[in-house]
Amino acid sequence: MSKYLLNKFLFTVDRDPELVERYREEPRATVEWWESEYANRILGCHAGESSTWLRFDDVEREALAAHDYPKLFELGAHPFLTLTLFIAMFERDHPPLGFQTEYARRLSHMTLPYPDIAT
Amino acid sequence: MAEVVAVIASTHHPFYYRASTATGEERPPFADEWVRKVEAFRETLTRARPDVLVMVGSDHFHQLWLDNMPQFLVGKAPFYDANFYNEEREFGLPRMFFTGQEDLSSYILREGIDAGFDLAFSNELRIDHSITCPIITLRPQNDLPIVPIYTNIFAPPLPRPSRFVQLGRTIRQLVESWPSDQRVAIIGTGHLSLELGGPRQFGPHGPDPEFDRKAVEWISTGDLEGCLSEVTLDSLHLPGNATHGFMDFMLMMGVAGEGRKADYVDTYDLFHTMEAYFTWYPGGRP
Repeated sequence: MSKYLLNKFLFTVDRDPELVERYREEPRATVEWWESEYANRILGCHAGESSTWLRFDDVEREALAAHDYPKLFELGAHPFLTLTLFIAMFERDHPPLGFQTEYARRLSHMTLPYPDIAT
Repeated sequence: MAEVVAVIASTHHPFYYRASTATGEERPPFADEWVRKVEAFRETLTRARPDVLVMVGSDHFHQLWLDNMPQFLVGKAPFYDANFYNEEREFGLPRMFFTGQEDLSSYILREGIDAGFDLAFSNELRIDHSITCPIITLRPQNDLPIVPIYTNIFAPPLPRPSRFVQLGRTIRQLVESWPSDQRVAIIGTGHLSLELGGPRQFGPHGPDPEFDRKAVEWISTGDLEGCLSEVTLDSLHLPGNATHGFMDFMLMMGVAGEGRKADYVDTYDLFHTMEAYFTWYPGGRP
């Protein structure tokens, strides 16, 4: 299990306007492409020096492919990264603050202590 | 030697810019009072007539990332671009541009490392809303050079609260020993109780009004001892999952000094989080 890789997906998609739209419209295909082409890039190194060992497990891959942000929270993905990206994708479909309050409601079964987010 | 003419601690609410510039039906009902409070707060900095601003904040996973994460980082560059695409997208923040006070950055790095803080540095740093928000609220003309200092309140393992306080004390000592005749304001931003991406987010108030009340009391009275006796890395999870940003307020209490009452205190209870504004004048009220 790799909280780091979940976070890396959320981080790299969130900072790229084209990837935000692609993940919104085709989540499963985007996750597959990203895991195959992007997951091992070291962001400060050139492509010939990528890592070789990073991959999602089945639960992580499915949570991302299903846009399942409550599951991402349970898996310990960084809540700020998840929130920021999902606001970018879905706030537009709701009245002002509507998505944010629905997001809270869908996490209302979570109690303290929350899942550990340390990577 | 340089003089610390003001110490300022503030929340950095990214929605202020949009709320304060909105007109007509777009303007939220809380905007006018918010603007009034911010303009009064701004006057506390203006009155101190600073030449240079040391700005303490925290990168929100913009330039700093988990493959190479510093705990404390000082910007050392002649210029800084500011605000990121996702801050334009979500908060409507404008792109900004700053001039750096590079000689003070060098001094803080050299002397800070010698004082026991293994400070990271950046020669090309893009600043995010933890520093641009207080410029928008406190110095919107953006006419003063800055030294940005970033802390990690975001990606565990984090330094403990006492380490933030120690760094604040050290920053104060370093600025006051900087061989210069400049007037320096030290400004830092953080949070009171805050939840982001969790079940308690975006409620009618901050997630823990009782924590907020105590926090404002600690800060306004300079009660570092009381604050440090209750606040730990573990305890900060309870008021809200993003409340570790309160450690930047603790850093600023370290800058201001143990037992030092704030000369100016104001708060504003908003949905989602409480705003809080504090100013100290080390040399007396100007």
